[in-house]
Amino acid sequence: MDDRITKVSIIISKGSLEGVYPGLIMANGARAEGIDANLFFTFFGLDAIHKSRFEHIKVATVGNPGLHFATWAGGFPGVSGMMTHYMERKMERLDIPPIPEFVEMIADTGAGIYACKASTDLFELTLEDLVPQVKDIITVGEFYDLAAGGQIIFT
Amino acid sequence: MTAATIAGHEVLVNDEGFFTDPTQWTEDMAPELARSAGIEELTERHWVVLRFMRDEYFAKGTGPTVRLLGKSSGVPIKELYELFPGGPAKTAAKIAGIPKPRGCI
Repeated sequence: MDDRITKVSIIISKGSLEGVYPGLIMANGARAEGIDANLFFTFFGLDAIHKSRFEHIKVATVGNPGLHFATWAGGFPGVSGMMTHYMERKMERLDIPPIPEFVEMIADTGAGIYACKASTDLFELTLEDLVPQVKDIITVGEFYDLAAGGQIIFT
Repeated sequence: MTAATIAGHEVLVNDEGFFTDPTQWTEDMAPELARSAGIEELTERHWVVLRFMRDEYFAKGTGPTVRLLGKSSGVPIKELYELFPGGPAKTAAKIAGIPKPRGCI
């Protein structure tokens, strides 16, 4: 039992639906197993904790071979929205919460939610622009301090 | 599967200590199961969760996820993690004598 994972720090760097969910599910799942967890949002991943954007995270329908339809078709107006709506309905049936509820739920599990300073500087964001569950905007050095003694997962 | 003696009763548990037959469980086993999960004393709030776990299991054949616990047990998620620091669904399932819920959420 000595090699059990006891702490994870998960980085979410992408702003698409399929880019955000895996990190959220892993953080929530870690807490459910009694594992300490921190979530660190960087670059476009910040959209998942951005007050005016986190309800509008979309599936990438262009340049996403996993969807198995032509890239030119994915570029038509509304296709991304339709695909997102379809996925959200399927996820609701599987008891996977929408992103805003999921972020709140993960904060309630006791996981720490942080934003990357380099990215908030780049996008000119402050704590005010982010959801209240965000504990702080931190530097990469501070992130490593927080992550000390655990595993780091980049998504 | 191994036999374990809990509060004087012989029961069957799996490698992780979860009951394989939830009908073998009785309420008097809960305090001892809780102590082995690191919970010294079961409060009425713990019992709200434990009873909900068993009701869900017998109604649906599987224990609830943490999300469902938070929505339907009457105990919010923050409190669930305070009551069961080792993970609410997993720890409560162990104490309530039901198999470990297998959901990812």
